[in-house]
Formats: sequence, C-alpha cells, structure tokens
Amino acid sequence: MDVLKKVPVREQDPKVRATNFNEVCLGYNKEEAMEEASRCINCKNAQCVKGCPVAINIPGFIEQVKLGDFDKAYEILSESSALPAVCGRVCPQESQCEGKCIRGIKGEPISIGKLERFVADTARENGKKPAATKEKNGKKVAVIGSGPAGLTCAGDLAKMGYDVTVFEALHQPGGVLVYGIPEFRLPKDAVVAKEIENVKSLGVKIETNVVIGKSITVDELIEDEGFDAIFIGSGAGLPKFMGIPGENANGVFSANEYLTRSNLMKAFNDDSTTPIMKAKKVAVVGGGNVAMDAARTALRLGAEVHVIYRRSEEELPARVEEVHHAKEEGIIFDLLTNPVEILTDENGWVNKIRVIKMELGEPDESGRRSPVEIPGSEFEIDVDAVIMSLGTSPNPLIASTTKGLETNKRRCIVAEEEFGQTSKEGVFAGGDAVTGAATVILAMGAGKAAAKGIDNYLKNK
Amino acid sequence: MYQILKAEEITTNIYLMVVKAPRVAKSCLPGQFVIVRTDEDSERIPLTICDYDRNEGTVTIVFQIVGAGTLFMSGLKAGDSFHDFVGPLGCASELITDDVENTKKKNILFVAGGVGTAPVYPQVKWLHENGINADVIVGAKTKDLLILEDEMKAVAGNLYITTDDGSYGRSGMVTKTIEDLVAEGNKYDVCVAIGPMIMMKFVCKLTKELNIPTVVSLNPIMVDGTGMCGACRVTIGDKVKFACVDGPEFDGHLVNFDEAMKRQTLYKTAEGRAFLAAKEGATHHGGCGNC
Repeated sequence: MDVLKKVPVREQDPKVRATNFNEVCLGYNKEEAMEEASRCINCKNAQCVKGCPVAINIPGFIEQVKLGDFDKAYEILSESSALPAVCGRVCPQESQCEGKCIRGIKGEPISIGKLERFVADTARENGKKPAATKEKNGKKVAVIGSGPAGLTCAGDLAKMGYDVTVFEALHQPGGVLVYGIPEFRLPKDAVVAKEIENVKSLGVKIETNVVIGKSITVDELIEDEGFDAIFIGSGAGLPKFMGIPGENANGVFSANEYLTRSNLMKAFNDDSTTPIMKAKKVAVVGGGNVAMDAARTALRLGAEVHVIYRRSEEELPARVEEVHHAKEEGIIFDLLTNPVEILTDENGWVNKIRVIKMELGEPDESGRRSPVEIPGSEFEIDVDAVIMSLGTSPNPLIASTTKGLETNKRRCIVAEEEFGQTSKEGVFAGGDAVTGAATVILAMGAGKAAAKGIDNYLKNK
Repeated sequence: MYQILKAEEITTNIYLMVVKAPRVAKSCLPGQFVIVRTDEDSERIPLTICDYDRNEGTVTIVFQIVGAGTLFMSGLKAGDSFHDFVGPLGCASELITDDVENTKKKNILFVAGGVGTAPVYPQVKWLHENGINADVIVGAKTKDLLILEDEMKAVAGNLYITTDDGSYGRSGMVTKTIEDLVAEGNKYDVCVAIGPMIMMKFVCKLTKELNIPTVVSLNPIMVDGTGMCGACRVTIGDKVKFACVDGPEFDGHLVNFDEAMKRQTLYKTAEGRAFLAAKEGATHHGGCGNC
C-alpha cells in the first residue's frame, strides 16, 4: 500500500454506465474503507473539520472506521450531518475537507467523502437510525422547502425538541436532491428517500403540495397556524435563459425542466407517464455541475452531447470529478464557444445552433478572465435539442408575499450570515434562497446555523 | 390524499369533480389553477379551478379527456382520492384583483370555448356576487358538448350560446357572435376569452380590430407549476413570460399564439403513444403503424 495515494474507489465502466442510470461510483467495501481510514494521521488541529461547512468531527469518525466500529462512526457523523449518505456523494470535498487535508500536501488527501458515504451506507444497510429525540418543548417551527437546507434545519430543531413541520411545494420531499441531481450520482429510493425517512424518524412532519406564498403565506403560518418561528430554505429554482433568438423553439429546454422530467418524474424510465424528448444530438449550454448532470442524462437517453461553454476548461465551474466522468463517458466539450442563435426547421423544431468562438480577455469582477467574441468566427452545429444550463435564481414567490422580508438586487433573501436572521422577526433563511445557486453542503451549513439561531431566538423570547 | 366527493361525466368526455382540498379552497381565487396527480407514478396535470367552497373546503375541477393522464383520471369515482392536489397556482384574474368600484364601471364580455367554459364560470360568478353582471358567450362544437349552461345562466348578465353546427342557440363560431353583438350596438370595455388556443387567437384578432382590450388564459405544457422548469414560457409582446407564475392570464393582443401553438405539440408523439396504450390496454402491442 502506498500511503501517499488514496485507495482507489470502484466505478462502473464508462462504456457500460453511459447506457444506464445506475450509480457511477460503487463506493468502498469494508476492507477498502478500513485501509483508507488507516491513512488518516488523526491531526490534533484537524484542518479538514475547518473545511467542512457543518464541522463534522472527521478524524473522530475516521478513527472508528479504522477500528471497524462503523456504528460508532455513524453516530459521530449524525451529530453534525442529517444527510451523510448524500454529502458523501455530492459534496465538493476537493475544495473543502479534502482540500485542507495535511496528507494532501505531499500526496493525495484522505478520501473523506468516500469514507463518509461508506459509513452512511453501512448504517442504512444495517437499519441504523440517528439517535432519538429528546422531550418536546412545545414550540412550533415551520420549515419552508425540503431540500438540503430545510431538512438539515428541521432535523437539528427536532433533535433540540421542537415540533417541526416542513412544507414542500412539489409532491415529493427532497428539493434539488430529487428533482435536480440525477439517479446515477445520487440514487433516489436507495439513498435520498432513506435519509428523509431518518429525518422524519426524529419527529419531523413533512407536508407536501403546499406552495408557500400561494397555498398559505408566511404571515398566515405565524398568525393563523401558530408557528413560533419560520425557516425559509426555498432554494433557487428559477431558470435563466440567454435571451438569444430561437430560444423558445421546440427542443429548447432549461436544465431544470430536462432534469426534473428525468429525475423527479422518472421520464428516463420507459414506463413513466411523463415524457422527455429523446434527442439525437444535444447542445448543453453552460459549464457548471447542473450542465454536467444534464449532459450525462442526455447521453444516457441516447444522444451525442456537446457541452458549449464560453470560457476554457480551466474556468469550468463544475467539479473536476464531474468533468472527468463526463469526458470518460464520451461528452464532447466545445470550449471557448458561445451560442448566438438557435435555428429551426419549418415546423419550429430546433435543427442547428449557431455559435461564435471566444478568446479570454482581462479578468472581470469575479476574477475570471472574461470571454470576448472573435469577430467573424461564427459556425453552426447540427443539433435537435438545446439544454440551457446558465444558472438559476431564487423564486420571488415567498419574498413578494411576506410583509417586511427584505431581498437584494439578485432577488435573494437578505439574511445575516451567522444565524440566518432575516429582516423579519422570527423568520430565518438559508441556502440558495439567500446565496443564489450554490452547493448542497453550503445549504446544509446554513440550515444548521439557522437551527441554532431559531433556538437562541425562541429561548430568549 | 385528496378525496373526491363528487365525480360526474357532464357531457361526452368532459368530467366534473369536487375535491376535498382545504388549503386550496381557503386561498384560491378565480383565474388560478391547480396541479393534480392521480397516483404515485402519475404525471402532473394542470387544471383551472372551476369553483370552490371555502366552508366545505372543496374545489371543483372540470376536465376533458385529451390523453392518457386525463383518461385515467376519468375513471376515478366519488370516494376515490387524488394522490396530489396542489395550488392555488398562478395569479388571480385582474378583474378580481382590481378595485371593484372601477370594475363596476366596465362593460365586460366573456368568451368561453368548449371546456374553457369551466375557468370562465368562477370569474362570472365572482363578479355577479359583487354586483357586476357580465355578458357571456359560450361556444361549443355541438349541443351535446355544451357544459355548465344552467350554472352560467344563473350568474351571467346576458348569456349567448352558439354552436359551430347550429344545433343549439346561435350558429357559428364565437367570433361571429362577437361581431353580431357589436353590430347590434353592444359596447364592451374589456373581453376575457378562454378556450382552445386557436379560438383565443381569432378572438384576439377580431377584438384588436374592434379595439376591445382582451385577456386570455393560456394553458401551455408545464411540469412543476411554480416557475421552476420554464416549459410554459410564452412570448408576450417582446418579453418571455412563464405562464405558471406570470399568468396564466395575459394581454391577448400581445400573445404570440403561433409560437404557443407550436410549443403545445412538443410531446404530441409521446402523448399519443401513451394515450393509445392506455386506451387499448392489454390489447395494444404496438405494430399498428400508428405508434
């Protein structure tokens, strides 16, 4: 064993997985997990914990894996995370815990994400649930949105003894974990549904089919239904489009629509009652994780897929692992390229996308070198579908129907960072609704912080 | 689960259901819609609200069988339940949210086509309850396909019925009745037209010539109904709007109907296949050349 290198994780062969929706990464088995855990040097001043938005006791749980006490390892994980099986799969560990790992200075960092996943999966297979709830304190908290921020906040509050009800607009809880992230990265029934069951087993109630701002407002939840505090974790659900000609043609989809059809409505499955377009050649516009998810979904549905991104590979916002997986599976990257128009046939269906070559100029305010069009470099690519994956912004529904709730220019709810307090008393917020589209783990961190904030608020009220 | 208290085929292929959905009944207004799912694996079907009873906590929906989903739904009986029933979605009609005193000064004409009569009804009823009597044109292909006639008669100022084949009431399309009413000297300040896309397109063409501001209610393809998927985007003037959150009602004179009609055909092949499979059930094994 080379202590400088991670124990490699088994994955489905790229050629095989490009044709199915089963999970790409197969995870560690017991022996592999224990071997990987033994690489951890159990730093006294553990940097990895500082890199974790929910401050999991990482050396602590890894120590238990090393000793083979996986139940104990799970207990340590559950102290800090309501969704360890999810985080082990979708967190950007390379820029968080693993990015800070001391082992990473000379060699490869400990595979913390894969170990977390192993512990959570093992606990689930053994039917282990997170530790039971204390006595109820009789105070009611409403959590809006059942995505990572909402579930984390709800789980933490329930553990503190609060009576928590989560309101979800869709017919199924999970938020982006069920509608956004594909099955092949995050299995819905085997992983997400089970983690949500765990949150429910802490005493959290989940009411689906309630659109806050429409079915009932935040003010009504407080005044008519007697909630003592509210957490808003409604995410960033509104898709952006480019505003180029042809964007409303048949065959142009937002990544949200395409992924929701496939993930939430199971349209990848031939038995599904919800249809999805089975395109032959797809252009996915954008370079983030959602773009990778859309591209890899289209590929699995039988298409040749081009990712069109206006900057170079170095600037791709997607996780390196996702880009690597996409390439392995045969996704074609058309970098330094930007769409200018979508062309259609006589019936209004997409048949081409006209693009222009770009070059990188001076750094912009984000610090990234801004792309500049190369005049006269337009060309056309034959495609029958275009998926726009340009990011999302928060839905204004809640902010516009809640008295005294302040939002910023980007329509994000303004919330104080430490505990998520908004401009309205008793109302807290966190996750993408506050930050704009970000990651699952940052949303969980915000949900956790707000749970503390709500506890402080209600204790002093 | 949302229990069905009443289920009735009110005419060939058109069904009316009264559903227990207290949260929706408490907050809905005319012009808004709901999304329903019959069972755990069903697609999400958007339907406009036809009526509601806040005391009973019920919402009335009316739908026509147009595909596999609605065919399956039509099999539900009183006592059965919808797996999901979410709403109210979209914005309420402007006529309802505007200042009532202002609305009272207006001569209002509603034009309802086919199953579009259902979403027109609660608006006319609401106006009637607020002391405003609007004229209503209801168009149907033929007498047998006419719905909600008695209900509409009870709340409308003047009710004009027209059938395409002349089997009942006036004869011809709704646009002919509009022309006749205006020729007879009726003046309208606002028109609300709800029905098939093609009907709304031609009503708008006519009312533009007649200089009558016209509101239409669009029912494009949608998935979530909360602004998340963007499938329902429509072009209104030079802006792209999401029908689910910005609508469903828009200024009819600004709607790009040709684009909207094209977008409605997006999943036609897939939907047609599913419909055939649902209709023919176990007897359908493909190979018919149609699917």
